[in-house]
Amino acid sequence: MKRHLLSAADLSRDDAELVLSTAAELRELADRPIKKLPALRGRTVVNLFFEDSTRTRISFEAAAKRLSADVINFAAKGSSLSKGESLKDTALTLEAMGADAVVVRHGASGAPHRLANSGWVRSSVVNAGDGTHEHPTQALLDAFTMWRHLGESKPGGLEGRKVAIVGDVLHSRVARSNALLLQTLGADVTLVAPPTLLPVGVETWPVEVSYDLDAVIPKADAVMMLRVQAERMNGGFFPTAREYSRRYGLDGRRMATLQDHTIVMHPGPMVRGMEITADVADSDRSVIVEQVTNGVAVRMAVLYLLLGGSTPAVGGEE
Amino acid sequence: MPAHPQHTPSGSPDGDSTARVVLDAGDIQRALTRISHEILERNKGADDLVLLGIPSRGVPLAERIAERIASVEGYAVPVGSLDVTMYRDDLRMKPARALLPTSIPPGGIDGKVVVLVDDVLFSGRTIRAALDALNDIGRPQAVRLAVLVDRGHRELPIRADFVGKNLPTSLIERVRVTLAGIDEVDAVTIQGLAPEGGAA
Repeated sequence: MKRHLLSAADLSRDDAELVLSTAAELRELADRPIKKLPALRGRTVVNLFFEDSTRTRISFEAAAKRLSADVINFAAKGSSLSKGESLKDTALTLEAMGADAVVVRHGASGAPHRLANSGWVRSSVVNAGDGTHEHPTQALLDAFTMWRHLGESKPGGLEGRKVAIVGDVLHSRVARSNALLLQTLGADVTLVAPPTLLPVGVETWPVEVSYDLDAVIPKADAVMMLRVQAERMNGGFFPTAREYSRRYGLDGRRMATLQDHTIVMHPGPMVRGMEITADVADSDRSVIVEQVTNGVAVRMAVLYLLLGGSTPAVGGEE
Repeated sequence: MPAHPQHTPSGSPDGDSTARVVLDAGDIQRALTRISHEILERNKGADDLVLLGIPSRGVPLAERIAERIASVEGYAVPVGSLDVTMYRDDLRMKPARALLPTSIPPGGIDGKVVVLVDDVLFSGRTIRAALDALNDIGRPQAVRLAVLVDRGHRELPIRADFVGKNLPTSLIERVRVTLAGIDEVDAVTIQGLAPEGGAA
């Protein structure tokens, strides 16, 4: 039975387009006086966050509440987790509380997979970012944003579109999920990063790789900048921040070489002056704020499709 | 719940030997013309009217009624669509379903006379869901219901204000509405076969 969303690779093209078209309908809700739908009334969604997150947790919380689900937030700090409780015991607690879905963020790659496949819980598991592995709902909201701007919100709208993902691919779960999902949707992805910030085995990914930002971005339809995740680095990936910024940062001069319709994206949080300059982040091409709005609609679509019916409409095999 | 067998995608209505056409294209046109006049008569004109079709086949019906009202009154009545999927009482009994478009005309529905338009009125559960959905969108002055076919077998205290044709049916029969634009031809057909999977 399909009931989890652990990886962007779990989604077939039909699944992914169903999420996008559902999100398109749900996005209209934001313009209505009553931003609430009854679809998940009486269901319980637990946000289980072992790592700090503001944006993703709030986005999932808003999504679940707009669908009338009950939301329980469970953060690592100040809970039993900081007292040394294992993932298993936490999971058994959630199961005892009757959670219908667990939205989990964990610093260890594969933790959501363990939670979903261990038999500890019967609820649906949604991966909200695990280590440096995957962040499928971020990929869905990025794809949704591109689909609205570049694909006329139609099925197959991203076919043949060129997307450049630039920066710290090595530590980025967003890059991996995006590469997998965009490949499913028919877009061509190019990763741009210094060799030290590309993961081992990147040649097996369904992407092209370049070290030269200036050569790639004039052809791109969307440019996605990634944050340099200093907290996951212990030095030696590039000589200086200034040199990184000069070679792999998006500034006004580089932005001038983009095609007229090209959009600039960033999954957040961004470091202005590092991977992106303030004038680019605040320009008309930037859809960074819209990505946040779209995130709520996409997460509503995922929760609805996983929990709304008797059996989920999308997601991976158990 | 077998409330909406007519939404099952299928080939041409003439393809099935047991299918019987009860309304042809001309009958449907005449019924819609009469409904349009009845709406105008009841409302004493087209002021404050908003037509909301229930997807998928209620929407083209609402558009056709609006065209007729425009040709009689010379006033373009706002038309929209109202998806009731998330408000259905059987949402949890089936796999999660794709949503259909909801578009509320720019003027909204507060203080307006909303006419819900659907193809077939059967158990009444879709209309109940539509009334709940309207509640989250605004407060109309009044809500009325126009349907192309009323096939009876109500399970809730709901009735239509404007009916194209009353069609007494048995529960094992299936009523299918096809409309040019979504389907190939305009027609209302009845099939005497037992529904798939014994849904009745």
